[in-house]
Amino acid sequence: MALYSDVIRERFRRPRFRGTLEAPDAVFEDVNPLCGDRIRVECRVADGRIADARFTGDSCAIAAAAADVLIELALGRTVEGAHALGVPDVLERLEADIRPARMKCVALPIDVLHGALDGKEVAR
Amino acid sequence: MNMGDATRADFPILTRIVNGYPLVYLDSAASSQKPASVIEAISGFYEQQNANVHRSIHTLGEEATERYEAARDSVRAFIGARARPEVIFTRGTTEGVNVVARAMAPTLRPGDEVLVTEMEHHSNLIPWQMICRERGARLVAVPVRDGVSLELADVERLLSERTRIAAFAHISNVLGTINPVARMTELAHDAGALVLVDGAQAVPHLALDVAALGADFYVFSGHKMLGPTGIGVLYGRRDVLERLEPAWGGSEMIKEVWIDHAQWNDLPWRFEPGTPPIAEAVGLHAAIEYLDKLGMTRVTAHEQELTALCLDALAAIPGVTVYGPRNPEMKGAVVAFNVAGLHPHDGAALLDQRGIAIRAGHHCAQPLMKRLGISGTLRASFSVYTTAADVERLASAVGALANEL
Repeated sequence: MALYSDVIRERFRRPRFRGTLEAPDAVFEDVNPLCGDRIRVECRVADGRIADARFTGDSCAIAAAAADVLIELALGRTVEGAHALGVPDVLERLEADIRPARMKCVALPIDVLHGALDGKEVAR
Repeated sequence: MNMGDATRADFPILTRIVNGYPLVYLDSAASSQKPASVIEAISGFYEQQNANVHRSIHTLGEEATERYEAARDSVRAFIGARARPEVIFTRGTTEGVNVVARAMAPTLRPGDEVLVTEMEHHSNLIPWQMICRERGARLVAVPVRDGVSLELADVERLLSERTRIAAFAHISNVLGTINPVARMTELAHDAGALVLVDGAQAVPHLALDVAALGADFYVFSGHKMLGPTGIGVLYGRRDVLERLEPAWGGSEMIKEVWIDHAQWNDLPWRFEPGTPPIAEAVGLHAAIEYLDKLGMTRVTAHEQELTALCLDALAAIPGVTVYGPRNPEMKGAVVAFNVAGLHPHDGAALLDQRGIAIRAGHHCAQPLMKRLGISGTLRASFSVYTTAADVERLASAVGALANEL
């Protein structure tokens, strides 16, 4: 498997869920202490399900691709179901050989989504 | 023959194949590689002389003590300190800054100021933030002008009778900017402040004369100057060190101990509690001998050539932005750059696939990144063993990066 898989390249070049929402219900952003990258996730929740979600952030290709597939996985799930999504789910979709040093890039969007669903305050 | 071509064979690690390519190691500013003489000095010490120092009344202990103190003498001569008590061994630059900050802390009063610069490595920023917060003192930062350098006028303007200590890098670990540290020291002294210079990026690359420079403290690490990890140096002016209370206690740093008090040892041991990094000191001694044999003036000239070559090669690549001074004579052996549309970590990972090791990210200088308006950079850095061919392989790989993601 390649470090930068076709999925990562494609999602980095043409993300499907990069952007912001009007009047989101849940918002969180956080920083990857390794590199200082910041990812922000916004969600709209309706009837206990993730009705819509978007991400923004200045990040590496791995974190951006991870955020993009994560949102795709989360859409339509219940809040609990989205909360249950973890690194293995995203890794499976990325089809890439992510080295230990870059695993935080995959985990960051997941932690941020969880933070949004938990109603965490953004640190400044 | 060029210095890099002549010295390469002395560095065993440079024969490694990484991801199918011969290693191009361009991350010496983070940690340099070690010549065989350093590796052999350390293993030779462990094989033949290892024992604790100073109070061992047996042959090995005496030999270990001799080797340890001989290392101190070699550092003293290498940096131009006047006397042996001015050379304190630490675990590295970070510890050196912390030892001074902790010793200064009890003397700070609310309203006092500590002057730093926006280009500091976190190691020369966080310890000052911590003692300022603790003591109600204020941290003041000299701005980085045009993303490149410090202005003496700013230093002069921000110093005052409230400034207790000014702490700044000799050479920026990102921009490579060589700061006018002698003049900055004079200005700080005129204002009545003490001065600490972070020399982590300078000592491996230029001839140093700390006595002539005049700073009260000068700190650096062994592992960036061909020596081992786990050892560094805190140089301190003897009269200043005599006035400071040690912040850390333990064995070695005392002369006589009663149950409720103790008398401190003489300098430099007063600031070296516990068993010191003995084998590491022996390794550092070997590194200094290696650098001395090359001659630091020649080392500087060699690295300036590489810096010039790298600046020219990278600037010629479309989409590449280079940070810091463009004049190699104003610059240490480090070139920070970005490739348009490419995150630094992706750039470094792609270069690693071609066997090229360079640094990427904020380089522990987040305030500087914020000032530059970027999240990070790629950074190539050089040492005595770096060759023009290394720089050319980097440039050719960087040229191909834009199409890789």
